[in-house]
Amino acid sequence: MLKTTPFHERTAALCASHAWRRWAGYVVASSYELSHEREYHAIRSSAALFDVSPLYKYLVRGKDAARLLDHVVTRNIQELKVGQVAYTPWCDAAGKVLDDGTIARLAETEFRMTAAEPNLRWLQDNAAGLEVAIEDVSEPIAAVSLQGPASRAILGNIDVKYFRLAETELFGVPVSVSRTGYTGDLGYELWFSAKQALAVWDGLIEAGTPYGIVPAGMLALDVARIEAGLMLIDVDYVPARKALIDSQTSSPYELDLGWTVNLKKERFVGREALAAEASRGPQWRFVGIEIEWQSLERLYAEVGLATRLPATAWRTSVPIHAGKVQAGYATSGGWSPLLKKYIALAHLRSHFAAPGTPLDIEITVEHRRKRAAARVVKKPFFDPGRKRA
Amino acid sequence: MPKHDAIIIGGGHNGLVCAAYLARAGRKVLVLERRERIGGAAVTEEVFPGFRFSVFSYVVSLLRPEIIRELDLPRHGLHILPLESTLTPLPNSDYLAQWNDHDQNRRELARHSLRDAEAYDEFGLMLHQMARAVKPLLAMAPPDPTSLSFRELLGMKRLGEYFKSLRKEHFYRLTKLLTMSSADFLDEWFETEALKATKSASGIIGTLLGPRSPGTAYVLLHHYMGELDGVFRAWGFAKGGNGSVSAAIAAAARAAGAEIRTSAPVAQILVKWGRAIGVVLENGEEIRAKLVVSGADPRRTFMQLVGEKHLPAPFVESIRRFRFRGSSAKVNLALGELPDFTCLPGRGPHLRGAISISPSVAYLERAYDDAKYGEVSRQPYMDIVIPSLIDPEMAPPGKHVMSIFVQYAPYHVNGGWTDARREALGDTVIDTLSQYAPNLKNAILHRQVVTPADIERIVGLAEGNIFQGELSLQQMFFLRPVPAWAKYRTPLRGLYQCGAGTHPGGGVMGASGRNAALQILGTA
Repeated sequence: MLKTTPFHERTAALCASHAWRRWAGYVVASSYELSHEREYHAIRSSAALFDVSPLYKYLVRGKDAARLLDHVVTRNIQELKVGQVAYTPWCDAAGKVLDDGTIARLAETEFRMTAAEPNLRWLQDNAAGLEVAIEDVSEPIAAVSLQGPASRAILGNIDVKYFRLAETELFGVPVSVSRTGYTGDLGYELWFSAKQALAVWDGLIEAGTPYGIVPAGMLALDVARIEAGLMLIDVDYVPARKALIDSQTSSPYELDLGWTVNLKKERFVGREALAAEASRGPQWRFVGIEIEWQSLERLYAEVGLATRLPATAWRTSVPIHAGKVQAGYATSGGWSPLLKKYIALAHLRSHFAAPGTPLDIEITVEHRRKRAAARVVKKPFFDPGRKRA
Repeated sequence: MPKHDAIIIGGGHNGLVCAAYLARAGRKVLVLERRERIGGAAVTEEVFPGFRFSVFSYVVSLLRPEIIRELDLPRHGLHILPLESTLTPLPNSDYLAQWNDHDQNRRELARHSLRDAEAYDEFGLMLHQMARAVKPLLAMAPPDPTSLSFRELLGMKRLGEYFKSLRKEHFYRLTKLLTMSSADFLDEWFETEALKATKSASGIIGTLLGPRSPGTAYVLLHHYMGELDGVFRAWGFAKGGNGSVSAAIAAAARAAGAEIRTSAPVAQILVKWGRAIGVVLENGEEIRAKLVVSGADPRRTFMQLVGEKHLPAPFVESIRRFRFRGSSAKVNLALGELPDFTCLPGRGPHLRGAISISPSVAYLERAYDDAKYGEVSRQPYMDIVIPSLIDPEMAPPGKHVMSIFVQYAPYHVNGGWTDARREALGDTVIDTLSQYAPNLKNAILHRQVVTPADIERIVGLAEGNIFQGELSLQQMFFLRPVPAWAKYRTPLRGLYQCGAGTHPGGGVMGASGRNAALQILGTA
């Protein structure tokens, strides 16, 4: 049996689609309604409520907590202020990304780290000789993500700045609220004891109903995160621990995360390799791709069809060409219902990665492999001012 | 002119594989099997009415995918059913299960150790990468590093390239694997005793070595090769038991024109002017052939069928030194009902996989201690499957068969094997297992106990060693069975070996049979 999250009693009752998927050993809803469409639009027009409890969560405490995390991840954690949250990848000694997540400084010597994969062993192994306690709180801490323009109002106009954190009480439950999310929109993630999970869920639904809150599943989230240009582990990159061959690994630079690599830090895991890569420049880039409508329309018109679009975001590797050479490959993509554009996230050889570069992407039209025109565009595809405001 | 191009001595799976490949190449092949049935140690027998047993070997783990493909074994009746899990019951009424499903497995391991749950994937990846580098060795005649001939050097170069494909840290690991004990190697990865013990068990199977004996770590990798073909799914339980593996290979051989005779025991290999020219059967019948290929173990082949006088003295000495030391036994049970494990009561998916009695490394090492001094383990290691849950045709409806692989039961047991000792071994096994599944004794309808002496007597494997010779480092690769004669050839022209006593060794793998055939055909 797979595990169920602390919200399962509520989410199961809501899940009319009976469409579940796995996430870190838990079952979560793909969509609650028969189609994910309304759930997606709630993210962009009102508020969507996601159960994100399956995230791995670690409490790192002690005199050397900041030192440990600073040593493990690429960003500078020593400088992180209390109440601040940082998104960061972390690497192996070869400078290849192992995982990515957020680190919140709850107190001077206390941090909460989120991860997509289990990292307890990695943290412990790097903590040798340090005065620090690492606790896996993945199960005792429940988490929801409330995303969308109405999310602030639903939380009672809470005052938390972008990538900041506040400890508060909601619906009688102590809740840690961070202004973070995976949608590129105004939004918050709420962390609290799994024992009080249902009280928070019910409170949010009640408070959110006047604002049009909609419980939303992973299909809607997938569309939003692509619009936000946010990569997904196992989909857009292979974590170094799972790579069977070196060419499957990626450095932060190759994932467009160069901004997270702080080479001014004296030492952290992967520093030497990353410094070398920084001076020579990465071989690959992770970019946004827009597939041109006219080209799509023409390909479908040739076989007598109106243009077709994928119903959900896809996550397969699709070759991208520049003339006769393969420039790279897209790893996830789909139709943006908001932008009315067919977009994708792609890995390209560096010299093909400049915005505006014309490319061709493979597409199957009526059982035949075709190429549609595409070009490199800047990420994020969608970046509303309210995200940071 | 002899009627046959090649005579194969022994209708075990390797002999049959060799026959099939030679026949497919257009050679006229005759297989001579001593017993009334083909299969050697890969047989299914109805030991008790309605209850069918893979009497000796009992799962398919290493059968080479290329053999399955090239001989089209599924078309000839091979159907491999999945074995889903491994359950290790513990004395404290807890258990450790290893499941096929990644999430389920991680959750179960995390119950014992969060660190081990995380290390598990990395360990698997590490073994995968090393197995990938070493695996091509299985399908090649091992090059001899002492030779400077072009052919050998080319082989060494190919070998070097495989090693070069390893990352530096994996090369270091491989060196450790080649030198460490399986328990020490696993200590570097895991902390859960039952996990280490269950994994280290595959390093000791078929040997008279303990989990703390150096060199056993490599054998872990040997067994992991089977898992490397995970996508191909060559690992599991053959429908109809392991006899159906032999039957499928035999069908492929016959379809290619090979002739297979049973109840045709070979008494002697005929030698003239340093060349094997045929065989004499025990009934006196003489059969000539251009080649003789022996699927029997090296001792039987050279000391018994050829005879020392036809062989160079140093070679005879090396064969004499080749270690067999059979250490395992089988207990086959006909059951009226399923065993009910205290740790996980009822009929669940855990009964459809392997059940391993290996609660701790110390348990296994203690079991070895007994054997070291010539005794049967008082608390033996056991690897158990219930084939009737996977293939109901193995037992009458509602009834079951249970296959128990037992170690250690040394061939050289103090005082020798007697009927009384055999039954005492059976009792030890039942008593030990009953500690975990108390209803077992009442469920037993019939039991068959197969000691190493029985394996030698029935199947002909020297000292009952299930691999035709210990899989230990000093007799593997270019040292198997004897240095300088590791390429399926022998000091006698026209005489080849195709049994598991040659590289790469035992397990129902078929690689020796195929490699020998390719050597004979000159296509290796």
